[in-house]
Amino acid sequence: MAKLYSERSIKHLNNVKPKEETVKFLLDYSKALSVINCNKMKFEALLN
Amino acid sequence: MQNQVISDAILVSSYINGDENALETLIKRHKQRVYSFIYSKVYDKDIAEDIFQDTFIKVIRTLKRGAYNEEGKFLPWIMRISHNLIIDHFRRNNRMPKFDNSGEFSIFSVLSDNALNAEKQIIKDQLENDVRRLIEELPEDQKQVLLMRMYNDMSFKEISDKTGVSINTALGRMRYALINMRKIIEKHNIILTN
Repeated sequence: MAKLYSERSIKHLNNVKPKEETVKFLLDYSKALSVINCNKMKFEALLN
Repeated sequence: MQNQVISDAILVSSYINGDENALETLIKRHKQRVYSFIYSKVYDKDIAEDIFQDTFIKVIRTLKRGAYNEEGKFLPWIMRISHNLIIDHFRRNNRMPKFDNSGEFSIFSVLSDNALNAEKQIIKDQLENDVRRLIEELPEDQKQVLLMRMYNDMSFKEISDKTGVSINTALGRMRYALINMRKIIEKHNIILTN
C-alpha cells in the first residue's frame, strides 16, 4: 500500500501515456469499421 | 493551435460525418488523461493499454452507429466507459486472483514455508534415529526417566510418583542418563548436528 500512495507514483502518473501503436491501431480500426444501416438494423463491417 | 480552438463537440460531429482526422485529434487530445486514469487504477502498463484500447473501440463503435448523444460531455463519457471497463477487469480478476511479483514489494518476504526441504528432513530423521538408538543403550532405570521427561514432557514430581522413587533419585537418573549418552557419543565419534 505504501507504494500506491508514494509521491513517486503520483509524479509517475503524469508521464504515462499509451503506446503510439495503440493509437495507430485505433485510427486504423476506425477507418476500417463501417456501419451499414438496413431496415432499421445496423450491421458493423470491418473492411481492410 | 487549431486543436485547442475546435471543441470536442465539433470534432465528434465531424467524425460522425466521416472526418477520420477528427478522431485522431480527439484521441491525441485526451489519450494522456484517459490512460493515466486507467493506469492509476490498475497499475499495470499492459492492462492499462488494453483497457485504453477497449475504451476507444467502444467510443468509435458508438459514434459510428450514431448512438451518441452530444451533450457537451465527451470526456466525462469516455472516462465513464473506461471506469466501467476497469470495474469489469477487476471483476474478472477477482474470480482468479493473482499476485504480480514484479514490483518493489516481494510477497515472499512476508510468506515463507517453514517446512524442511527433502535433504534437511532426511538429516533430521537420521539424527532422531541415532538419538533413539543411543537411548536404547542406556540402563533401564535411566532410560525410563529420560523418556518420561523428554518425550512425555512429565515433571520430575510426576516421574517420581509414577516410578515410586524420590524426586532426587529421578533427577540423578536423568543426570546419569545424559552423562552416559555423552560418553557413548564421544566414544563412537557420533556427530549430532543438523
